[in-house]
Amino acid sequence: MKTENTESIENTDSIIVDSTKKTPRVPVIEISNLYKSFGTLDVLKNLSLKLYESENLVVLGKSGSGKSVLIKCIVGLLPSDSGIINVFNQNVLKLNRSGIDEVRQKIGFLFQSGALYDSMTVKENLEFPLKRLKDHLNQKDIDAKIIEALENVGLPDVINKMPSQLSGGMRKRISLARTIVVDPKIILYDEPTTGLDPVTSDEISLLINEVQKKYKTSSIIITHDIECARLTADRLIMIQNGEVYKEGTLSSFEKSTDSVIKSFFK
Amino acid sequence: MKIKIPVAKAKEIARVQALRLSERTIAKKQATNNFFTDIADVILFITHLLKETFSRRFELREFLHQCFLIGYKTLPLISVTGTIMGFVLTIQSRPVLVRFGAETILPGMVAVSLIREMGPVITALICAGKVASGMGAELGSMKVTEQIEAMEVSSTHPMRFLVVTRVLAATLMIPLLILYADGLGIIGSWIGANIKGDVSFILFFSQAFSHIGFIDLLPAVVKSFFFGAVIGLVGCYKGYNAGRGTESVGKAANSAVVLASLLVLIVDMIAVQVTDMLAK
Repeated sequence: MKTENTESIENTDSIIVDSTKKTPRVPVIEISNLYKSFGTLDVLKNLSLKLYESENLVVLGKSGSGKSVLIKCIVGLLPSDSGIINVFNQNVLKLNRSGIDEVRQKIGFLFQSGALYDSMTVKENLEFPLKRLKDHLNQKDIDAKIIEALENVGLPDVINKMPSQLSGGMRKRISLARTIVVDPKIILYDEPTTGLDPVTSDEISLLINEVQKKYKTSSIIITHDIECARLTADRLIMIQNGEVYKEGTLSSFEKSTDSVIKSFFK
Repeated sequence: MKIKIPVAKAKEIARVQALRLSERTIAKKQATNNFFTDIADVILFITHLLKETFSRRFELREFLHQCFLIGYKTLPLISVTGTIMGFVLTIQSRPVLVRFGAETILPGMVAVSLIREMGPVITALICAGKVASGMGAELGSMKVTEQIEAMEVSSTHPMRFLVVTRVLAATLMIPLLILYADGLGIIGSWIGANIKGDVSFILFFSQAFSHIGFIDLLPAVVKSFFFGAVIGLVGCYKGYNAGRGTESVGKAANSAVVLASLLVLIVDMIAVQVTDMLAK
């Protein structure tokens, strides 16, 4: 289980102060009153949350509760109906295409399916975002970064393989390597352990922690895998019917007597 | 004789009828809305495509890769089709021409029909089957597996990288494939002519080309660019707008072939009318 911070987390309206260092923690993502609907179906209703620097925020919720929609709205993959999404103090909803591209340079996104490009080798998959987001790098630097990213996920030997030659867990790791290769400041994980066996799921969860420590990233981890939440969470949020249902530490969730929360932490 | 219905039952019948009527009205309104939404979608897609085509950052490498895939990888199929086209046309036409003592015009007749109509249309239909379905399935599966979204997150414009390159490559390569099929068709025709006769290769070719004029070649080449654009556009549109499930990949590929083939024939009909009007 991940060591919990000693700070007060329950009151998220004020800037959180680390009691050991006495330095205010700055929110890197600040969402206020976010609404998103598909036709007549309201997926997100008045949702507000904050992600602080160097923290892992786990977002729990049932399927269809709007977890994935939330992180897709953050990177501008889905347009929101109303609200504010501030990423490094820039409201994503008011940015034009080039502005969004700029914000995306600071955000890594790990897709549920891995989303590796089938027609490219592992090396080309990692090269693709690097050449576009870090166009000042020469080929030697690009190769070095690719090898470093693959070593960080423990798969330096598969560099010339095609995604179809990899197992589910390996694909997730390569996908994570593709995410970290561009040095993002924030990583959004969309159900990183879905479809994996318990052992590989734990490996991925530990890898998420290693990445956070090494790259000092802030992360939002969308999951309904409680084991993954236990291993990675600094703070948790539960979404129910498009709204934040509960927010707090892992222990507060585990001790909760609320039937909805209990159904997750059985 | 009047039938008496209790008031409550009559009210129930009226309520059910009203409900059915309103359901039908809503369904019709929905269908009309869907039709206009589809039209708007196509217009938006083409507008977006044109905008990205003339943007500064052109994906040259991907364009060349697509040219290779569409051109080189379709070559064996087009070679066989082109040769058989000329061969069959000759075998079928020869007996009729012999009956009228017009056997000498066989090379010219075959060449003109191949270059003006058969070559472009049949090659385009074959390409609609191979290229449009391939694009529909590829982009459709990329959409289902979130690869298009992954591209967008990497600050790559999927429209520019995936669609513009494919549509331009199809527009450029399909006319070349059509010219290649025409050439092989004439060779196939020469083989067919030699089954029951003895014509030298040079004589056959010189006779064939003596009947072809600029007016035969130009409209065929111009319309083949439109065929290429239509095939690329339909394949990409269907794939890019595929639904979320795996079933939609098959649907995208299938509807891409059907629509691309249909549009090739419609473009051909328009091209024939325009050529006819201009020739007068």
